[in-house]
Amino acid sequence: MIIKILGSGCRKCVTLAENAKAAAEAAGKQAEIVKVTDMAQIAGYGVMSTPGLVIDEKLVSAGKVLTAEEIGRLL
Amino acid sequence: MSIFGWLNDQVLRMQWLSDLVTAGVAAVGLDPASRLGGSVQFFVYDVIKIFILLSVLIFAISWVQSFFPPERTRRILGGRSGIWANTLAALLGTITPFCSCSSIPIFIGFTAAGLPLAITFSFLISSPLVDLASVILLASIFSWPIALAYVVVGLIVAIVGGTLIGRAGMEDQVAAFVRDVPVQEGEHVLTRGERMEFARDQVVEIIQRVWPYVLIGVGIGAAIHNWVPAEIITALLGQDKWWSVPLATLIGIPMYADIFGTLPIAEALVGKGVGLGTVLAFMMAVTALSLPSLVMLKRVVSMRLLLLFLAVVTGGILGIGMLFNAITHWFI
Repeated sequence: MIIKILGSGCRKCVTLAENAKAAAEAAGKQAEIVKVTDMAQIAGYGVMSTPGLVIDEKLVSAGKVLTAEEIGRLL
Repeated sequence: MSIFGWLNDQVLRMQWLSDLVTAGVAAVGLDPASRLGGSVQFFVYDVIKIFILLSVLIFAISWVQSFFPPERTRRILGGRSGIWANTLAALLGTITPFCSCSSIPIFIGFTAAGLPLAITFSFLISSPLVDLASVILLASIFSWPIALAYVVVGLIVAIVGGTLIGRAGMEDQVAAFVRDVPVQEGEHVLTRGERMEFARDQVVEIIQRVWPYVLIGVGIGAAIHNWVPAEIITALLGQDKWWSVPLATLIGIPMYADIFGTLPIAEALVGKGVGLGTVLAFMMAVTALSLPSLVMLKRVVSMRLLLLFLAVVTGGILGIGMLFNAITHWFI
């Protein structure tokens, strides 16, 4: 699966990426983490507040740093 | 008045800090009345003051902001039109994020949801131009009447600018993909703890982003304050020169800086006899228009609409600058 982190590289996006990685590992899933920093692309997902989290092209959260457990439930 | 005046001097203008820094400068053997001592005093005092005010203000304002995420703002504005909707959009623009980098996602999100361009642009103009932190900083550096006047004219530019852009009937000048962007509904309701955390993160993030601009701004301010002869400044930007406002606006447009970095420059310029309107025009041009944000906006709107936006905002800034220069005696 592909997990995308939408954000312009702020601290929150880094944390979210780490949490997503931890969640995927905990769930034993093979996940590729992609960071999307281009604002037009980010907005293309309908996101107005970063960071956003996209799992397999589906936006699952915006404007919030989810914990690894919360991401785990979404995987 | 005297208690309010004292509070204003000590808390907002931090007179105690100025005195402390002056004493410190004297203690290391520099004469605060000399050029070098004066520059050092200006630099140290302004840097400390701006960082203290920034931290406190960003924390308080982020707390307020956490109640108005863009999704909620969009819902509040949805389905409205007319001058009051523009006013509401301009007002909501004052309590949304400081960074012009977030204006593109907001533009796309608003337009995709079907908000008219008039409303979206009122919001987009007011968002970087007027924010609560800059108003309080203006009050700290100049005075409350000037800060309030800045808010009022900033809102007027946003309201009139948005209305004019709406009248131009350019709804078709927006990049086609924008309308196909999915509209994400539903907002996350924050708990008290999350609001605290959000506000704290904002302080760290914004200070990390703006500190170089603040240092550069204060540096330039200190240089103007003590090294550049007043005659040169007034010859270029003096109140009696008709070109002072257009020149200040032209210099300010391509510059990309936070209002926090421009305030010390503004302070020093006013100290050298530059008109209040000229200085406000410079600050507005720096914050409302910048090359990076125009380049970003170009990706979602046509050249015609971009030029209209540029013309409307520039015109508004020029008008305000000249108006303020004409009525400066009301304030100082």
